[in-house]
Amino acid sequence: MNTAQKLPTGQIEHISGQALCLPGDDIDTDRIIPARFLKCITFSGLGQYAFYDERYDKAGQPLAHPLNDRPQASIIVAGANFGCGSSREHAPQALLYHGIRGILALSFAEIFAGNCNTLGIACLSLSFPDQQAIFAALTSNPAELIEIDIAAGTVTLGELQLQASIPQSMQGALLAGSWDPLQELLEAKDLVLEKGQTLPYWRSFQHN
Amino acid sequence: MPKNCFEKVWQSHEVKKLWNGQSQLQIGLHLIHEVTSPQAFGMIRDRGLSVACPERTFATIDHIIPTKNLQLGYEDAMAEEMVKSLEQNCKEYNIKYFGPKSGSQGIVHVIGPELGLTQPGMTVACGDSHTSTHGAFGSIAFGIGTSQVRDVLASQTLALSKPKVRLIDIQGQLGKGVYAKDLILHIIAKLGVNGGIGYAYEYAGASIEALSMEERMTICNMSIEGGARVGYISPDQKTYEYIRGRPYAPKEADWARALEYWNSTATESSASFDDEVHFAASEIEPTVTWGINPGQSSGINGQVPELKDLEGSAKASLEEALSYMKLSPGQNLRGTKIEVAFIGSCTNGRLSDLQEVASQLDNHKVAAGIKALIVPGSMEVKRQAEALGLHEKFLEAGFEWREPGCSMCLAMNPDKLIGDQLCASSSNRNFKGRQGSSTGRTMLMSPLMVAAAAIKGEVADAREVFSL
Repeated sequence: MNTAQKLPTGQIEHISGQALCLPGDDIDTDRIIPARFLKCITFSGLGQYAFYDERYDKAGQPLAHPLNDRPQASIIVAGANFGCGSSREHAPQALLYHGIRGILALSFAEIFAGNCNTLGIACLSLSFPDQQAIFAALTSNPAELIEIDIAAGTVTLGELQLQASIPQSMQGALLAGSWDPLQELLEAKDLVLEKGQTLPYWRSFQHN
Repeated sequence: MPKNCFEKVWQSHEVKKLWNGQSQLQIGLHLIHEVTSPQAFGMIRDRGLSVACPERTFATIDHIIPTKNLQLGYEDAMAEEMVKSLEQNCKEYNIKYFGPKSGSQGIVHVIGPELGLTQPGMTVACGDSHTSTHGAFGSIAFGIGTSQVRDVLASQTLALSKPKVRLIDIQGQLGKGVYAKDLILHIIAKLGVNGGIGYAYEYAGASIEALSMEERMTICNMSIEGGARVGYISPDQKTYEYIRGRPYAPKEADWARALEYWNSTATESSASFDDEVHFAASEIEPTVTWGINPGQSSGINGQVPELKDLEGSAKASLEEALSYMKLSPGQNLRGTKIEVAFIGSCTNGRLSDLQEVASQLDNHKVAAGIKALIVPGSMEVKRQAEALGLHEKFLEAGFEWREPGCSMCLAMNPDKLIGDQLCASSSNRNFKGRQGSSTGRTMLMSPLMVAAAAIKGEVADAREVFSL
């Protein structure tokens, strides 16, 4: 586990680091963080619980698991529909505090990818052959460094240079350092008030 | 050009385009609960912000609330702290809180519609992926993460990319003993658990029109299990009749104005969609999941799939599912022994679900050794069920009758599977470890199928067990 978390800030142009492989499709957010660890009122302690039920046995002893075997890795390589299920932001937060900064997968569940984006975790999609090529490369050299170039959408490791894809809105937000949208949303305060006037139901609820 | 309901509601709620191409969307109703909101309140405090529209924000507790002996307290310091945090935030920011003392507490997706808060033509957001439930009313409802809960609290808006819209047209009528739950499980099996990524699903057709509002909620609820963040049904007379007279429903002169607006948001005939798929309701059987995601299901007369026809990741994924579920390839689903039966959740914890089960229980008993619990979706559902005497039938048949909450759907409260127990469950997710034990197993099905399994002690066809 990475110590003294340096969380993402500002413009994110490159992500580089060791990677860990989580093969298989449809890895859901209950697996990323089991529900019993959602009992918290801040996120910062969640890193230790990422994939907890797969990483530890019933007695709390560590098992062989990519997150245990490569604790320094900052990039996940995964299958299709990664992060499906619950909208719990605890899942990307647990990965973030574990030290994950980028995820390469065949595809992402929508709410999960949106949550990652807001935290500055880059989510890029890979083709199946490219995912297989990365798995193969990491099998022969697990410590190989991966370099993700957000502007070019490329993934480089050793001899391999692959093209990944990232939605334009996420790419732009990472590069500009505006992946947390709140400031921009707040700037439209007057427009929000005006919009309320145009919605027939806007003034409907009165507290009983 | 004729438009669909999604297009209309999106357009009327778009505040502006954000610089990165996303839309800033105004949110009409924000529902919050104890698990995904405390951190969001912390974030707005850290930034010196406040709650933009407390009058459009409503709170309840559901995920962690114990379903028995609430008067004994939480027996869990962290759970209690989360509830206190929610209560304090509601007080500080003047947000209406439906706690147990209000008499209206319940699962957030049960009480929103029940109180008349959820209305057609509205955008809804909640820090829970089953927020799609509210789409049953022709509202456009988004499950969101905690940072987005923060965004809605602070700005009453969200930054969102506009999805495409897929029409899911279901013609014909469901057979006897076949329910909305079977229909949505069937749709997910056919389109895949990731088939809906990037789409909003509009459910339509004769089969959907015939469903009650509560059944429509079951359908929209599980949209997210098919990968679609948004699922909805264009509003009709049935929608309006459900809302009429509820505590937060428009009244008197407002009612006529509301009807006019609601009608204007309905999907127009010959509206176009980005994609269309068609199903025949008559093909659908009572459906049961056998795997570790909601798309891994089959009709009750079906079998666990064979491995021999598969290769690559499909084979690996089936092997993983069967090894976790301790089922064999080709095994009949009927006759699979269960240990726990759970009826409840935001998918199937409403009055009509309980009525359907109660109506069939005469002269039946839960099989020996089976733990069977029924958890109403809200205090209102519980009161209505008890007024009808349903609880007596449940207790007489050997079910436990609990207080409202999410309970064993995700087991954040004391209701959990133990070890590798197999649970017949009316909830929405059969993920590994979902019901509170890291080796616990879940088979999803309709409430009546859960009741049939409880009585037989094994997965059974409710149509036979209850001679439907």
